[in-house]
Amino acid sequence: MTDNANNNTLLSIVNACKSFGRVKVLKDINLEIGTNEIVGLVGDNGAGKSTLTKVITGVYSLTSGDIYYKGQKITIHSVKRSRELGIETIYQERALADQQSLWINMFIGKEITDKFGFLNVKKQKQETERMLRERMGYTSSAITIDMEVKDLSGGEKQGVAISRALFFDADLIILDEPTASLSLSEAKKVQDFVVDIKRSGKSAIFISHNISHLYPVCERFIIMDRGRIAGVFFKNDVTQEKLIEKMIQLARTGILE
Amino acid sequence: MLKNEIKATRNKKLIFDSEKFKKSKLTIGILVVFMFIYLIYLIGNPKVFTRYDIYYSFMSTIPFTAIMALPLTLIVTLGKIDLSFPSVLAFSAWVYSYVFAVTHNLWLATLLCLLTGVIAGLLNAYLIESIRIPSIVATIGTMFFFRGLVNVCASGRGISLVGAKGTFLYNISVERIYGVVPAQAVWMLVLGIAFWFLFNRHKFGVYVSFVGDNRESARMMGINVNAVETICFIMMGFFSAFVAILSNLEVTYFWPSQGQGYLMTTLAAVFIGGTSVYGGKGTIFGSFIGALIIGTLEAGIIAIGLTGFWIELIYGLIIIIAVSIYARIMPKTT
Repeated sequence: MTDNANNNTLLSIVNACKSFGRVKVLKDINLEIGTNEIVGLVGDNGAGKSTLTKVITGVYSLTSGDIYYKGQKITIHSVKRSRELGIETIYQERALADQQSLWINMFIGKEITDKFGFLNVKKQKQETERMLRERMGYTSSAITIDMEVKDLSGGEKQGVAISRALFFDADLIILDEPTASLSLSEAKKVQDFVVDIKRSGKSAIFISHNISHLYPVCERFIIMDRGRIAGVFFKNDVTQEKLIEKMIQLARTGILE
Repeated sequence: MLKNEIKATRNKKLIFDSEKFKKSKLTIGILVVFMFIYLIYLIGNPKVFTRYDIYYSFMSTIPFTAIMALPLTLIVTLGKIDLSFPSVLAFSAWVYSYVFAVTHNLWLATLLCLLTGVIAGLLNAYLIESIRIPSIVATIGTMFFFRGLVNVCASGRGISLVGAKGTFLYNISVERIYGVVPAQAVWMLVLGIAFWFLFNRHKFGVYVSFVGDNRESARMMGINVNAVETICFIMMGFFSAFVAILSNLEVTYFWPSQGQGYLMTTLAAVFIGGTSVYGGKGTIFGSFIGALIIGTLEAGIIAIGLTGFWIELIYGLIIIIAVSIYARIMPKTT
């Protein structure tokens, strides 16, 4: 199926299945994500989007099937491994710790340390400050790096999660429902980040129920339904309205045209 | 007009609520409590508290609680608890004393004692991580288990450790430095500083706080949560055994019922110090001061003229007042 020697393929999943006990959650998944490609992953609840994400990021391991990354067959046995490979995730639950400071959350799991594991507090704070002010554009003095995350708004927390992914120069950034419970202007900020990812030459998988947030920034759409890939469309082939129509029809009839 | 007013109140708020200030609020708070209590002792009985003797006594006894309060702080920061450490202390003390009595080899006794502590910690970790028993239940179980082991192994008999006196290991553990400073006090200081650096300046300390704050978030960001928790329980076991050595050499005697008094006092030291029982927010310095407060309380109360009947009442009062203050100044938003 896939041409794994293709230089433009970043991630390739071949005949992947995932079961939890006797429940088959992912069935024969075959998909590709290209280099510098923004792909939208859509589907109803229970379609398997979250499970697919967690298989890519190492939270779960595949029951069967293969994953190829930059042409090499790999096994992602842990989250640490996927982060080492250059895959970063912005989770729906955001994976932040509320009582810890911004600069701790920024670097969690990838701390700047000396060879004994002692933190370079100064450097971590400096880099967090830089990301905060320059990359994220938070110039207001109401947000400081010593702040605990629980004192940030939903959009600001999302901003921290996103800049964390951007900072580590990930080649593939997965955004799982990044605009859920955000205001319009905050959601727009998320879209700007995705555009930023494209401009930086990186790839992203954008998962969302909200087609109007997702459609403008994606180039290709993968539709999942009940554990399978139901269809793949390029942006040119389908308008936002048409995409929504297809998905409603899929939910009703189980068939995708 | 309104914008400027908002800006002004915002700036004012920043000064008092800035995170750096918030963090030192806790440190200042616990120090104030300690100073206040100490002042009462000083005023209540200046004769006792201006002479060296009482401090010599404190330096001989407080380190045992203080050293165990350090790894306990990590465990509570994880959002867990360990109630078994006094029993682990007793059982590793038995191993130490028995091995010494049989082999007269203090090095071997030390090694096996510390190993016992590590294994006890591993057992706790196994029950909590692999079998997934909540830590409070698991460690109540191991608390009884190890206490029972001591009872069975020791059969109610004590073991003399007089033969250890004067040896190198004895000297570095409890011998008086220049005749004045008990070595265990030095251990307390050194370990206190080491734990502070581990907790506040090492990535392991970051992981402990992060895991205690939000276990799922930690897992999603690639932290090996089981490993972090296991290591903390192993440390608790190890230092319980370590304190067993110090406390048994201090009196050159092993007795089977030892350790029980440490449970409530060590826990109290941690909570008075400001470590949050919810997890995610701990303070090594706080636990250290908490141990000082608890450790000086009994002698202090008697010195200022109250009878021993007052001791527990005042323990309770201090705990309630201290944690009430913390609950007010460090609100946990839902």
